[in-house]
Amino acid sequence: MSAAAAWPERRAPLLRLSPPALVGGALLALVVLASVLAPLLSASDPLKPSFSRRLAPPWGLGGTAAHVLGTDNLGRDILARLLHGGRLSLALAATSVLLAAGAGILVGVVAGSAGERLDALLMRVADVQLAFPVIMLAIAIVAVVGTSPAALVGVLALSGWVLYARTVRASVLTIRRLEYVEAAYTLGATDLRIIARHILPNTIAPILVIGSSQFATMVLLESGLSFLGMGIQAPRPSWGLMLAEGRDYLSNAWWLATIPGVAISLVVLGANLLGDGLRDLLDPRG
Amino acid sequence: MRTYVVRRLWQSALTLVGVSVLVFVILRVVPGDPAKMLLPEGAPQSAIEELNRQLGLQEPLYVQYGLFVQSVFRGDFGQSFQYRAPALQVVTERLMATVQLALAAMLITVGVGVSLGIVAAVRRGTGYDYASTVLAVLGQSLPNFWLGIMLILLFGVALRWLPTSGFESWRHLILPAVTLAAFPMALVARLTRSSMLEILGRDFIRTGRAKGLAERAVILRHALRNAAVPLLTVLGLQIGTLLGGAVITESVFAWPGMGKLVVDAIFFRDFPVVQTVLILSATLFVVINLLVDLLYTVIDPRIRYS
Repeated sequence: MSAAAAWPERRAPLLRLSPPALVGGALLALVVLASVLAPLLSASDPLKPSFSRRLAPPWGLGGTAAHVLGTDNLGRDILARLLHGGRLSLALAATSVLLAAGAGILVGVVAGSAGERLDALLMRVADVQLAFPVIMLAIAIVAVVGTSPAALVGVLALSGWVLYARTVRASVLTIRRLEYVEAAYTLGATDLRIIARHILPNTIAPILVIGSSQFATMVLLESGLSFLGMGIQAPRPSWGLMLAEGRDYLSNAWWLATIPGVAISLVVLGANLLGDGLRDLLDPRG
Repeated sequence: MRTYVVRRLWQSALTLVGVSVLVFVILRVVPGDPAKMLLPEGAPQSAIEELNRQLGLQEPLYVQYGLFVQSVFRGDFGQSFQYRAPALQVVTERLMATVQLALAAMLITVGVGVSLGIVAAVRRGTGYDYASTVLAVLGQSLPNFWLGIMLILLFGVALRWLPTSGFESWRHLILPAVTLAAFPMALVARLTRSSMLEILGRDFIRTGRAKGLAERAVILRHALRNAAVPLLTVLGLQIGTLLGGAVITESVFAWPGMGKLVVDAIFFRDFPVVQTVLILSATLFVVINLLVDLLYTVIDPRIRYS
């Protein structure tokens, strides 16, 4: 293949994403954008109850255009709560993915390059972490340290670092033995330089894939915790919490529990599709 | 082979030690008085001091940990104050309901997941393939607490076909089991599809077909058996998903298992019960995965660990 033909591929790898991945990315972008623009998209106050307008159905199903997605058991506008709840959920999930990735990459680099004993110790710690069902560990910790957003991010990040650590460690162990790395050593490059210049760039692809799928997991986990009453606390809007509140109104106001679930599913679906697409793109063997 | 078994046993033992340290740390090295946390709210000062003495809280941490491990080995996980009974007994009473639910979900996971995966691989690129892929993607994207509620809405509230909560008959098991199985089933379907696709392209499959084997035998006896090895690892790891998913599923369907127990326990600040559930579920996970690893050598005679 000539250099000219290869060039566009190098320039725009994202354009080579499969259609499902593009749909996933678009879906995710749409929800993120809607959450960021929440105050512009809905004039209603997500926290203000209005008892005269309780349990109004969505627009087109007997409701009015004033409350497009209807109102909840306290007469609060569901669209406003959905958009504002999305802000919090997505921000928490994104922060915890970044934290988990940072911690995991650090542990992976250390485990892969700092000698066998430390490596064995860190990998056993990872085993211990994996032995606990994530949600059980999370609710135990939340029960002890409380349900502040910071605690939630901490718990979520704690649940996610192992994947990065294992992946980076494996890359470090393989790449270290490659000739070009040995050549760099011979030329006098320091460990730090070799890790930063030669090893980490090679692990970016799997990290992106893990991060994208993990974003989905984090959204699920956070809304699950909030659903159980151990995440974001009322009256703050949160998708999981809205779902839990709607559970008591299944027979007369089905939209209360249905709508937030659709929002969660769309985000998770988007992140999963994007993650799959990135994997196909970046890992030709997979 | 022998060294492999010994090494895996040693690793699992170390993991369990780590599990005990972590549970110990979570409940002891937190701000506040552990005795206060282990006792119901409003317990008298004398009871707090008594428990402090009992737990050896004036001793250095490693001594405290030793005492903790000792009592765990005696099966003494403390008293549940919500139920006024030994915590271990409270948890084991609920364990069977969770095991029942998890087994039913595992059955669906393997039965439906593997079948979907095989069909998708054998009929690659057809409508079956797309349908099963869509089902798998959805299974991994729908939050199980929402799926559970939607199933209740459809089969319980609208159609009135199935009971939506409780623990009386096998009919009560259907909705929770489907809810719990959705995620691992999707995973298994995708994995089966991709490993079957890889194996169906191998030479020995072509040889099998060439020598006139029935397609059924080629797929089930030759291809599936080879695809089973990676599948088994994933199934072992799904024990964690099932135990964790049970926390939410049991809460949605009021299923009286370990998961619902732990959620209730947290609201009552019943820490002895939380501690017991954590240790028990982690131990289950470690032991089952150890067994899975050892089972490999039986399923795949090519594997001889050194």
